[in-house]
Amino acid sequence: MITSRWARIAFRLAMVLGLGVIYIPLFVVLANSFNVDRSFSWPPSDLTLHWWSISWDNAGVRSALWTSLKAALGATVISLVLGTMVAFAVQRYKFFGRDTISLLVILPIALPGIVTGIALNNAFRTVLAPFGIELGLFTVIVGHATFCVVTVYNNVLARLRRMGLNVEEASADLGADTFQTFRYVTFPLLRSALLAGGLLSFALSFDEIIVTTFTAGAGVETLPIWVFNNLFRPNQAPVVNVVAAVLIVLSVVPIWLAQRISGDDARVI
Amino acid sequence: MKSPDRPAGHGGPVRRLAGMLHRRPYLRLSLLLSAPLLWLVVAYLGALAALFVAAFWSTNVFTGDVVKEFTWQNFQDLVTLDVYRTVMLRSVLVAVLVTVIDGLIAFPMAFYMAKMASPRTRRWLVIAILTPLWASYLVKAYAWRVMLANDGLIDWALGPFGAHGPGYGLPATVMTLSYLWLPYMILPIYAGLERLPDNLMDAAGDLGARTFRTFRTVVWPVAFPAVVAGSIFTFSLSLGDYIAVKIVGGKSQMIGNVVYDNIGVANNLPFAAAVATLPVAVMVVYLVAVRRTGALENL
Repeated sequence: MITSRWARIAFRLAMVLGLGVIYIPLFVVLANSFNVDRSFSWPPSDLTLHWWSISWDNAGVRSALWTSLKAALGATVISLVLGTMVAFAVQRYKFFGRDTISLLVILPIALPGIVTGIALNNAFRTVLAPFGIELGLFTVIVGHATFCVVTVYNNVLARLRRMGLNVEEASADLGADTFQTFRYVTFPLLRSALLAGGLLSFALSFDEIIVTTFTAGAGVETLPIWVFNNLFRPNQAPVVNVVAAVLIVLSVVPIWLAQRISGDDARVI
Repeated sequence: MKSPDRPAGHGGPVRRLAGMLHRRPYLRLSLLLSAPLLWLVVAYLGALAALFVAAFWSTNVFTGDVVKEFTWQNFQDLVTLDVYRTVMLRSVLVAVLVTVIDGLIAFPMAFYMAKMASPRTRRWLVIAILTPLWASYLVKAYAWRVMLANDGLIDWALGPFGAHGPGYGLPATVMTLSYLWLPYMILPIYAGLERLPDNLMDAAGDLGARTFRTFRTVVWPVAFPAVVAGSIFTFSLSLGDYIAVKIVGGKSQMIGNVVYDNIGVANNLPFAAAVATLPVAVMVVYLVAVRRTGALENL
């Protein structure tokens, strides 16, 4: 029935059009970064590499990039540790409230970012301020880690499920203690799942803007925040274009690596 | 317990600790859960709870300080003042529109991927849909700002037909949000349809059902929970958005903008908190309503 010729053609057309809608905007941004003109008029009157070299030397972009890298790295390390711990607890033990825990891990990413953002903003200002800790890179990392845990959790959980208990029991039977089993047996088997989860968490943190807006102090500017702050300034448009183009190209990397590393069971959301 | 070829460092206290952990599963479990729960329950849920409590406070009109006394005033303002009712309605309307548009675009694509493409093509299509999911949110919204600009790509494409693009405004916001969340709709529907065995459709055809009837009685019951699962993403993400609106929405405001302005310019945390509970409340109602469809297992 659905294999009728016209239906096939119609669905194929829908697929092609859909992919077109998904990719055309990305290509427009890429092309626009070579646009001689400062405006967004289409098609570009001429192409140039001038803006790319200008952006390369832009101090604001560089420091924002550096801040973003530090924040993403911090958040990734924390979410690797926490996500793995929760995944082990949920997969290997039965306890009261186990189902609630997976919900709890997903919650920070399921709720609108602005809710998480102002909740953390409020908490940081009331709890940390008396200790002399101001909003800054540290609070950004804490905020990002909160919603990054889920990527590591999902990847490790899927791997633990597939792995089963046999190898660990074999290791224990052969006389390895808990730590040795983890170090020599469990960890090597988990490594690729950790790498995939870590990469996704890094990408998630690197791109994040809403929670960042509310947890970053005055002096802290990550790359997305820099882009947003300069988005409405016409004379910065060429540099914003280049940064946007770079971010599009970079976004292919984590998904590509995660697919390679983890094969079929990479959990992306 | 001691084995002869063990490296020296593993005797003694470490080994004893390992043994203790091995014998006490509950100790292992509590150690595993301690840090994550401290983080997620105490820090995160605590922060959410504090925010919810703050929604019932108010600010002093003259000093701007937070007055920690219980009041319904914020919620009364939200319900009675026309400005906020309009913003609220507009946000829900935008979220519904985005969800419907995404559903209409995503379904044929997901169907093609799951039921028509060859396994090889399918793998590539899944990657092609996943990849832009990780392109920066901000950059994707920016891409639409570029395309919707005066004399931008859309004006250029519509020019030969004597038409103009919509420019920045609410329609642009709906377009941009639909674009941003489209993959979140495609993927659950694809996963749902993939679970539908092909021979069920063949059987329906053999039993004399035409295309439409097969769709209505075989495909749709399986696909519906998946569509609802996708709608949870598109609806929730649209409802809380305030950045895409700022980038392509012109002067339009959504719930998120009201929250943002009250935190920043107005410095009225209690009111911002009250407004922020709205999308959460709408989402909770939505989740409870769709739970019966089995959509939550499709997430």
